[in-house]
Amino acid sequence: MVRFVNLTLAGITQGAVFAAVALALVLIWRATRVVNFAQGGMLMFTTFLAWTVVHDGGSYWLALGVALASGLVIGAVAERVLVRPVEGGPPLNAVIVTLGLYVLLQAAAGMIWGDTPHSYPPAFTIKGLSAGGTRLLLSPFDLFVIGAVALVMAALTVLFVRTGLGLKLRAAAFAPEIARLQGVRVGRMLTLGWALAALVGSLAGVLIAPSVFVGPSQFDAMLVFGFTAAVIGGLDSPAGAVAGGLLLGCALSYVSGYISSDLVTFGALAALITVLMVRPNGLFAARTGRRV
Amino acid sequence: MLEVAGLTAGYGAVRALDGVDLAVEEGSLTAVLGANGAGKTTLLRTVSGLLRPRAGRIALDGRDLARLPVEEIVRLGVAHVPQSGGVITELTVEENLRLGGLYRRDRRALARRVAQMYELFPPLEPRRSRAAATLSGGERQMLALARALTGAPRLLLVDEPSLGLAPRVVARLMAVLRRLCDEDGRTVLLVEQNARSALSVADRAVVLDLGTVVADEPAGVLAADSRLRHAYLGF
Repeated sequence: MVRFVNLTLAGITQGAVFAAVALALVLIWRATRVVNFAQGGMLMFTTFLAWTVVHDGGSYWLALGVALASGLVIGAVAERVLVRPVEGGPPLNAVIVTLGLYVLLQAAAGMIWGDTPHSYPPAFTIKGLSAGGTRLLLSPFDLFVIGAVALVMAALTVLFVRTGLGLKLRAAAFAPEIARLQGVRVGRMLTLGWALAALVGSLAGVLIAPSVFVGPSQFDAMLVFGFTAAVIGGLDSPAGAVAGGLLLGCALSYVSGYISSDLVTFGALAALITVLMVRPNGLFAARTGRRV
Repeated sequence: MLEVAGLTAGYGAVRALDGVDLAVEEGSLTAVLGANGAGKTTLLRTVSGLLRPRAGRIALDGRDLARLPVEEIVRLGVAHVPQSGGVITELTVEENLRLGGLYRRDRRALARRVAQMYELFPPLEPRRSRAAATLSGGERQMLALARALTGAPRLLLVDEPSLGLAPRVVARLMAVLRRLCDEDGRTVLLVEQNARSALSVADRAVVLDLGTVVADEPAGVLAADSRLRHAYLGF
């Protein structure tokens, strides 16, 4: 029982990070119908920037701020400069552009910081808490990871559901032409959508950095797991992305703990295939509205 | 208020409008009639900026609209209700309504106008927090019209509001359009295939055929001209 609780706790922590990456992918997919294969590269690059701050003696929090701010900028620039010009062309063009951006970022990071992975400090201790004499697989840092992701999700929910800007963002994503007829500057909304998505991705990068280390290829698996989580939840649903991330995190934790840690990637594939067979649109895909 | 001169527009090799001239007076209701494919929808899409004209002039109070993007034309007070409404089904009724007036950046005025819309279209109020996908065709048309009005436009472009609606609902919508001119001083450019309904409320009517204007008369004169009615309007 303790083992199950521990595996679940570890799964939730992992899952929170997957959820953040999945959310970054979903936000962009909803707004521009592009699967952003550069997401892994973008969060790698912003985490490197944060690492530079820490390495030069800056505080953890300053580094986190740098990562988030640079995420906003990279996301906005990527949309404006790279994705906008291929908008309206075949969907594959945008996908290839994001793949190109990924390769570019990875190469640039290698040139600037080298290929050897660097360690990254956690915000709080990673020594497990104990409850009633039992050591739990849950550290203060894990709590911070969960809390940080939850906070960002809550902030995004408020932005999208409660504010006029959020309403414009959603309208631009659902029906760009109709949104323009209501005076929404759709181009700006798409840029902002990419910026927000990249910010969420950057958060995931900094949170996972202590366990995967910081290197040009260290975050590749994050894109795979994030994408799997997004598909499990339904690519169109932000809530689904979060649920998909947590489900995947727990599932992989059980596979790793009860069977073998070598099978984790296989477990992700199995989870993906199962969901796609049972619910092809993902667990949380919105019922498509009748269009008259 | 709106002046269209020598307007030519189309899609690819298709020329949907060919030298259209049209003048809409402030506070009037002008109907644009004609068969399917006559260019009615293209005319509205070109005026609202969704489609770039190939030639000709579109002026609102003397200001040229032809090169402005849609978002800016909206800000000049032109609202376009597209065919079958174009409500955003994923958003709630209230969200759709607010969206129409958000660009004015005046929260209090927006709340007031949204409330007014529930008075003007009572069936919408009980459904305010439901997804627009749950509305019937007539309710969607009301919502689309109400959404356009929350921006308090001076010129309202309405594309085939009668499409697929029961005659009684059509009559109510037409009466609302008439009242918008008479009571609020708004200007309406109404595109309709249902010529009889449109003529019953319009001040003036323009008949399009294959992208050119074949008649431009006061609505009463056109309704009395049996030759034109038979040739182009089907009644």
